[in-house]
Amino acid sequence: MTDVGTLHAPMKVEFDYTRSLGPTLSEFMTGLKRRQILGGTLSDGTVAVPPPEYDPHTYDPVTGLVPVSDEGVVQTWAWVPEPVPGQPLDRPFAFAQVVLDGADRPLLHAVAVDSADQIETGMRVRARWADETLGAITDIRWFEPLDDSPAMTPDAESGEPVTGIISPVHLAYDFAASPEESAFFRGLAEGRILGQRCPVCEKVYVPPRGACPVDGVPTTTVVEVPDTGIVTTFCIVNVPFLGQKITPPYVSAYMLLDGADIAFLHLLLGVDPADVRMGMRVKAVWKPRDEWGTTIENISHFEPTGEPDADFETYKVHL
Amino acid sequence: MSTLAAVVGVGQTHHRAKRGDVSMAGLLREAVDRALADAELTFADIDAIVIGKAPDLFEGVMMPELYLAEALGAPGKPLLRVHTAGSVGGSTAIVAASLVEAGIHERVLTVAFEKQSESNAMWALSIAVPFIMPVHAGAGGYFAPHVRSYIRRSGAPTHIGAIVAAKDRQNALKNPYAHLQNPDTTVDSVLASQMLWDPIRYDETCPSSDGACALVIASEAAVERSGITNPAWIHGTQMRSEPTTAAERDQVNPHAGREAAAALWKQAGITSPIDEIDCAEIYVPFSWFEPMWLENLGFAEQGGGWKLTEAGETAIGGRIPVNMSGGVLSSNPIGASGMLRFGEAALQVMGEAGEHQVDGARKALGHAYGGGSQFFAMWVVGADKPDH
Repeated sequence: MTDVGTLHAPMKVEFDYTRSLGPTLSEFMTGLKRRQILGGTLSDGTVAVPPPEYDPHTYDPVTGLVPVSDEGVVQTWAWVPEPVPGQPLDRPFAFAQVVLDGADRPLLHAVAVDSADQIETGMRVRARWADETLGAITDIRWFEPLDDSPAMTPDAESGEPVTGIISPVHLAYDFAASPEESAFFRGLAEGRILGQRCPVCEKVYVPPRGACPVDGVPTTTVVEVPDTGIVTTFCIVNVPFLGQKITPPYVSAYMLLDGADIAFLHLLLGVDPADVRMGMRVKAVWKPRDEWGTTIENISHFEPTGEPDADFETYKVHL
Repeated sequence: MSTLAAVVGVGQTHHRAKRGDVSMAGLLREAVDRALADAELTFADIDAIVIGKAPDLFEGVMMPELYLAEALGAPGKPLLRVHTAGSVGGSTAIVAASLVEAGIHERVLTVAFEKQSESNAMWALSIAVPFIMPVHAGAGGYFAPHVRSYIRRSGAPTHIGAIVAAKDRQNALKNPYAHLQNPDTTVDSVLASQMLWDPIRYDETCPSSDGACALVIASEAAVERSGITNPAWIHGTQMRSEPTTAAERDQVNPHAGREAAAALWKQAGITSPIDEIDCAEIYVPFSWFEPMWLENLGFAEQGGGWKLTEAGETAIGGRIPVNMSGGVLSSNPIGASGMLRFGEAALQVMGEAGEHQVDGARKALGHAYGGGSQFFAMWVVGADKPDH
């Protein structure tokens, strides 16, 4: 079954998280907005940039931030030969620990130089500020070797404090179906519904799992089931939400196919949601064959057959 | 060596839709500071920290325990994270209790949290997976069909869920920490609210909250050396899990929950839970789960949970008051919600529950569940040391 390999598809998970900063980091970010770097004085007398919210020795909140220079010394570094999207520079650069003048602990940031032989421990660097600052660590675009240009003076304090930041997350997965699921989806591409039977409990799983969740043994016997069955239970989704693929209201129902021992969720149409009943007989409505792929979405939806409902006693063990 | 253990400090935040004034660390710290103050201890007295929260996708911070170490007073001490989806607050407290009961640590700080305002749990629970029919609709969409199954199996009248919601929202008015404070909520107003995931109405669902809960758990010897005279002694703890789906799996009255409860009652020396437990904080994120879990836990026969609810026996003053604090229906910082159940049960037997105190509560249940009703965590705490 695995001769042709498993099915893969891209899967993206993306969200802009909204972070509230709390007093310490709010003061730090508000400083960045006016091109002023602030450090926190820790209980051992050292100054840390960025300031931790809580002291690592006393665990007390770190308050009363102190200004430090936007110039400093490279303590150590690592070369990034192939930057990826979202990094500070789109050309090769160094990530470096920079100890700013007035601070004792290093800040991790980018240093813009053309090649790895242009950076070394002990090198003096200065922040390159963004033209427009927002109150985020990216207001410092990167550090660059110190030259003769005049030092920057922070802007005057003004405006509202920065209390939050947006943290975008982009995760790009290569989603792989299991060998058994792949066979199931390939069956659907031929208009067939393939399950597997557990050799111990003899329950038929549709879709197949590869292993029985109760007995823990491989499910190797392939069983083809028809595209007819019953609704065991269901809900009517009236609520819209971010990322939703089907416009509400819709009926999300557990379909128990004839010959299967477990129901799966699918869409029920062709009936007023108020008239849907537990035990209702249904059949699959397939999309036109030329729209089929290796997906359960080949079945557009299920709809009632008009046959008498199944007796509750026959499906109550599936609830 | 093993020892008795007790809750000696309980702390929680004022749960709100959005705590824009604090970071995650600051939110946790509020609960931690209150728990330490309640226990009359400082960070110096704590031997280990156990933290729990729901899936990382809910706030988009991977392994937040690393960044939270200083806020939790953890540098130089063991810091563990527990993860069991929505039940995590309960299982986190149980892991902390186990470290004390096993004689490994004298005093353990345990904390759980969620800052739901930084993300969108509905989105995080409904991410479309390739090849699969995209009919999933968050936790409500998952649980609503099983609530329908419960109603069909038990023959419960359809307004039972509204009774639970109105009771819990009224209880919340007695709890200054509760998120929802809606004095006008009645059975009729719940029934009139929008149907979201039929058969679950808007007012029958939990809110989305920012919040944290912390407990300090101490050994018998540490309790004796402290000034705490009203600890909540831990009489039993149980956890069970099972697959989310399996052929003929009982989704209404899950096996794992029944088994955990039976083991818990045995461990705590309880033969008739409804007669011997004075009150219970049960994880009820959708109102119908009160009668469902009353049956799963053995407070009622199968199909009989709704009768206790309907008769008012789960209200404060009833035979088995449930969710005196307002419960998950009134505050739902997901990761913390289980620990809040455990902590509120402790407050009851400590006699520190304030306006929502059940008179004379000596034994209480704290309960949590998570995932697709597949993780269960529960404990019994008592005003007296266990005598078995």
